Amino acid sequence: MTLLEIVQKLLGRQQSSASKARERLQLVLAHDRTDLSPELLDQMRREILEVVSKYVEIDIDEGAVSLETEDRMTALVANLPIKRSLLKVNSQDAE
Amino acid sequence: MASNTRIILICSGKGGVGKTTLTANLGVALAKQGVRTVVLDADFGLRNLDLLLGLENRIVYTAQEVLEETCRLDQALVKHKQEPNLALLPAGNPRMLDWLKPDDMQRIVTMLTKEFSYVLIDCPAGVEDGFKNAVAASKEAIIVTNPEVSAVRDADRVIGLLNTNGIKPVQLVLNRVRPQMIANQEMLSVDDVTDILALPLLGLVLEDQQVIVSTNRGEPLTLSDNNSPASHCYSNIARRLQGEQIPLIDPSKEGSGLRNKFMRLMQTKIF
Repeated sequence: MTLLEIVQKLLGRQQSSASKARERLQLVLAHDRTDLSPELLDQMRREILEVVSKYVEIDIDEGAVSLETEDRMTALVANLPIKRSLLKVNSQDAE
Repeated sequence: MASNTRIILICSGKGGVGKTTLTANLGVALAKQGVRTVVLDADFGLRNLDLLLGLENRIVYTAQEVLEETCRLDQALVKHKQEPNLALLPAGNPRMLDWLKPDDMQRIVTMLTKEFSYVLIDCPAGVEDGFKNAVAASKEAIIVTNPEVSAVRDADRVIGLLNTNGIKPVQLVLNRVRPQMIANQEMLSVDDVTDILALPLLGLVLEDQQVIVSTNRGEPLTLSDNNSPASHCYSNIARRLQGEQIPLIDPSKEGSGLRNKFMRLMQTKIF
């Protein structure tokens, strides 16, 4: 936020059109760049969780799969807290 | 040698932001620096590069006849009288769009690389076939945009497409910059646009009425030694392309006087 924007806010004046343009562009570009509909993202999230839960027990409530964009690079970020490894459990069961 | 030729696509996505004007002025400026330069009008639907260069009455053959092999390349090239280092390869008939393929563009450009050090391709607006053909023949690109939301959004889309096509480097030219409007925070600043698009800035061009005067005459600003603001900007861009280190002007530092100084202070980023 610039000095001018703060003064404008204090005076109860409208936000400058340049900062409005900046805000609107950032929003519309985040959407343009991913090109993934929310439904598709949700389906991908469910399938990723399904595969991962074959190997480890994960905390589904805490898990998050999301898209993050920075400097033109879009990354799929999955944060899946692992409760325990299922493979170990299985091998212990076998003994 | 062919491999040293720089093949630069000049594109924007949105129409009317100044692609053709930049192509004409860069072509002239590079030729003036003594490099053999050809400008190729890839906008077959709505060609205008000939008009901006004042060469519209000297066209005999076009890229179309070259591809159909009904004329030689040197017969189609229109040499600029004042700047013999500059040549134009005119766009053919709009009906060419029906059959033109990426391969055809590559063939034309390969022919040009044998004789020129720079091939500047004036890309059509949009992201359809005309754009794809032009991209197929290019190695690097200059994105032209204006500090306006629609132009920046379209530029962003084009940058994505260039990245997936392996075009490198992609550099930015910010056109029609109005320092006073930026100072009043009524226009996106140079930093705003480079931050949003995440591209290196090759140069900016100040808004300048002389651009219209020069297009009226068909004499690009860089042709004469007049020192209009835009002319200066175009020449600097050409020199940067040639590898010269020329500092970028900062429009927010333009203009003196108490009001400008005050507006600059008001732009200080607090958080």
